Amino acid sequence: MNSNIFVIIISSAIFYGTPLFCAALGGILTERSGVLNLGVEGTMLIGGVSGAWACLHIGGSAWFTVTMSILVGALAGGLVSTLLAFLCITLKTNQTVAGLAITIFAGAVGLSSYFANIWKVAKTPVPRPIRTMDVFGLADTPVLGPILFRQTSLTYVSWLLAIIATVYLFRTRIGLQLRAVGESPQTADAMGISVIRYRYIHTILGGALAGIGGVFYSLAIVPTWVDGMTKGAGWIAIALVIFGFWRPSLTLLGAYLFGALQSLSSTLKARGVDISGDILDALPFVMTIVVLVLVSSRFAHRRLGAPAALGVPYEREER
Amino acid sequence: MRSPIRLERRLEQPKWLNWAVPLISLVVALVLGAIVLWLTGKNPIDVYQRIFERGFAGKKAFSGALEMATPLAFTGLCAAVAFRMGLINIGGEGQFYVGAIGAAWVGIAIGGAPTGVTIALMCLAGMLFGSIYAAIVGILRAKFNTNEIITSLMMNYLAGILLNYLIFNSTSYWRNPDSPQFPKSKDIGARADWNTYKIFGIEMPIAFLIAMLAGVALWFLYKRTRFGFEVSVIADSPKAARYAGIRTSSTIVIVLALSGALAGLGGAADVGNFRGLLDAKGLQMAGYGYTGIVVAALARRNPITTIFVAIFIGGLTKAGYSLQGPDFPSGLVGTLQGLILFTAVAGEILIKYRLRTNLGRATAVAA
Repeated sequence: MNSNIFVIIISSAIFYGTPLFCAALGGILTERSGVLNLGVEGTMLIGGVSGAWACLHIGGSAWFTVTMSILVGALAGGLVSTLLAFLCITLKTNQTVAGLAITIFAGAVGLSSYFANIWKVAKTPVPRPIRTMDVFGLADTPVLGPILFRQTSLTYVSWLLAIIATVYLFRTRIGLQLRAVGESPQTADAMGISVIRYRYIHTILGGALAGIGGVFYSLAIVPTWVDGMTKGAGWIAIALVIFGFWRPSLTLLGAYLFGALQSLSSTLKARGVDISGDILDALPFVMTIVVLVLVSSRFAHRRLGAPAALGVPYEREER
Repeated sequence: MRSPIRLERRLEQPKWLNWAVPLISLVVALVLGAIVLWLTGKNPIDVYQRIFERGFAGKKAFSGALEMATPLAFTGLCAAVAFRMGLINIGGEGQFYVGAIGAAWVGIAIGGAPTGVTIALMCLAGMLFGSIYAAIVGILRAKFNTNEIITSLMMNYLAGILLNYLIFNSTSYWRNPDSPQFPKSKDIGARADWNTYKIFGIEMPIAFLIAMLAGVALWFLYKRTRFGFEVSVIADSPKAARYAGIRTSSTIVIVLALSGALAGLGGAADVGNFRGLLDAKGLQMAGYGYTGIVVAALARRNPITTIFVAIFIGGLTKAGYSLQGPDFPSGLVGTLQGLILFTAVAGEILIKYRLRTNLGRATAVAA
């Protein structure tokens, strides 16, 4: 029963959706503060290559190595987005162009590939990949086993993060202030909230989460570093933030939907279903466009909660 | 506490800043690049010297720079044209592929026609395919307010998949049936070769001349015509444009189609003037579309400057390819290009704002 095709599709949707969700959750935090991070793709790649490096060089138990690799990836992602924060928040540059600059700088033929080369990470399988676990020994339960109890540690962490982020955004004072910064920085500033500090912190946090998403690629999905291995996942994550209306719960669902689309080609091929791989490969990208069209009319945008000050640098009125 | 540096909006933007700031950006990028190199245990001066020798010094190197500059000039113009209206078309990559597909189709179909006719028809096909592909993005943006950055990027991936399909995973019109083991396209160079001129020992591809012409034409379009004026009004203030009765929606579609036509023209040049093939893998490795964004940013959206910047970035890229090896990792040139984009973007603030230090003011008060 566990080899039922739907069970396989759903469980691999969650597996492939995990990095998308991590990166998109980071995007939610960043965009809620009013900063648009288009550098997610590049940030993920830097996180991924750093995580692979850490995995090759940090010894110890499997748990320790994997945890450290994830942390190193998060740190690297945070560092990259500090650069973005400096450009967008302090220097007030155009956020779209600055984000693009991050992706080109760090991207498939940029710094991530350079690091992979000088660290000799490329094409070396990582010694301790992130593996799926058997939670409570329930992994072989019919239907629910593979879906809920045979996922990776990072997937479970991401569920926890989804809950924490929801509570943080909608049930805490800091979360309220964060949303105020994204909606109306002038008002927030007048209330004595430091717009700059909130934006820096959440841009960096967002980058760290994107970095973790990247580590999932180099340690779990492939588990070997390949230049440009995220193949557009960072961009899909940006679209997922919109798709999830800037809410972690909906974004989680969206991430798994796209995870399903991404895994479909390998899943179906393994089952011997005769369908062109190219069409399946194209699905996530086509769906992203379709979804964007559906949710991005002006009306939908206002109703669904795009932060009003998204993408606008904050400038305090000065005489 | 006040930050030590303040930004103050400039009331007037002095003309000299328009060329001084990009130059400063470039120098800063090279310094930052040197720091990266030094931190990772390379000798920056040695690396830069080798890049200069391979990329620019001598007739052979400069010919190489021009060859690489040609696609970048087209993709740079593609990005610049859209930037002008505040649209970010990062779909130059996909529009380039699609243009190449269209031009290759014509090239295969009319093989053996006189060179002039071949070039003209391949160019037209490339432009047509590229502009239709980009117009889709424009229509979505104009009709549904869909973010053109993400859609154009998604379409890059789709175009890549289409290329793979045509050459690797099907027996399409483009695929060479004589080579089933090593999938490649039909040979187009043998049937439809574009001219390359030799000027003072430097090889000048005809496509580069076309790019220069396109740059001048765009400059004229944007500076001297009603259409160009409307585009700049929309860019400065969409509201004002609406009050003035300018049709913003159709202008968005036209500008994106124009932008895509330029990238498609680049694709045609790639097929006709350089590879003589529809090289699915090579095109995707090259990433001309993305590099074009760097070119346009450094050129500050000016179409004529774009051509010159393309030569510079072209030489840099060429040097990167030919030096690649154990002590010159791939990714290095990409990193340098990224740094240039950073500093070019950050440099924009020097044009818009004046940097003021609060230290000076404090001493003034004290005195």
